[in-house]
Amino acid sequence: MIPAIGLLVGILAGLLLHPAVPVWLQPYLPIAVIAALDAVFGGVRAVLDGIFVDKVFVVSFLSNVLVAAFIVFLGDQLGVGTQLSTGVVVVLGVRIFSNVASIRRHLFKA
Amino acid sequence: MTEPTPPTSPPPSAPTPARGSSSWRRLARAGAPRSTKAQALGAALALALGFAIATQIQQTQDSGLDSMRQDDLVRVLDDVSQRSTRLDQQVRELQSQRDALTTGANTSQAAIDQATKQLESLRVLAGTAPAQGPGIKVTISDPTQKVTAAMMLDLLQELRDAGAEVVQYGANRVVASSWFSSSGGQIQVDGQPLTRPFTVLAIGDKATMASALNIPGGIVETLRRADATAGIEQLDTVRIDALQSPRTPRYAQPVPESGTPTSTPTTK
Repeated sequence: MIPAIGLLVGILAGLLLHPAVPVWLQPYLPIAVIAALDAVFGGVRAVLDGIFVDKVFVVSFLSNVLVAAFIVFLGDQLGVGTQLSTGVVVVLGVRIFSNVASIRRHLFKA
Repeated sequence: MTEPTPPTSPPPSAPTPARGSSSWRRLARAGAPRSTKAQALGAALALALGFAIATQIQQTQDSGLDSMRQDDLVRVLDDVSQRSTRLDQQVRELQSQRDALTTGANTSQAAIDQATKQLESLRVLAGTAPAQGPGIKVTISDPTQKVTAAMMLDLLQELRDAGAEVVQYGANRVVASSWFSSSGGQIQVDGQPLTRPFTVLAIGDKATMASALNIPGGIVETLRRADATAGIEQLDTVRIDALQSPRTPRYAQPVPESGTPTSTPTTK
């Protein structure tokens, strides 16, 4: 409940404050957001599976974000930033879908 | 990276019908507000995530070129330059079209003027239009009727040699196709008999023509030897009204300008 409220508050703050994304962060923020979403869905699934550990969730959230950003950074340095970003998005999207499917099976038995 | 993923198959101990409701309960228990470290951390992370999502969405929505990657910028630049090249080309084509249209109007008017001028001079030369100008009037009185068509032709030759542009014999306009003949003491021009005394009008340089006729051994002397007298008047204005009806050539065809002139023998 509290994390959900935190999510809403964060969205509202972002909408109201309208912060400018620093240039150095611009390539990494979208990938980081998707990685964090993956971690969140993984956490919800872990809760439903009864194996949720808060420390694991925090570490996975942060490491997801960092690794995704690092992959994009590496791709930019190697000259394949666009392709690597696409690859990361695809992988994270597949994981999000499978996590959501698992959550759905838990909650709706379907 | 994320939570350790459990085996997808449900644990066999959990009975399937009770699983749904227990899952909701488990979620509610996990989501219930408690002052634990996990809740606080989760809330903080979720707050950051929401903030990032909102920021990124806004960034994407009002993203100009500054948020684009280098590859995309290069592609956009390529697109724009290609488009501008295309538009430039279009502008050039349209400009040349417009120039062609405007000058086309002028040149066609000039061509019409030119053609009109040419038509007028050709009509004067062909004898289908009256003409006037300085010239001479030659009156030949021929009491003994010894003047021949050959002398008339000589007179015409002398006049043309002296630069006569338009010539009239009696009431007949003399043009390129004119011919002289004599039958029974009558002299005919283009089949029309000339009445005595013969009157010849010529437009051209009057002094040159007069002196050309009067030169020793010239036509005036020839006429005098035939007992005829020729009076030459130099006039400032000679008006020649006699007209020729234009004739369409039956055999002669104009050679096409681009084509090579062909002379095909009909018989070998």
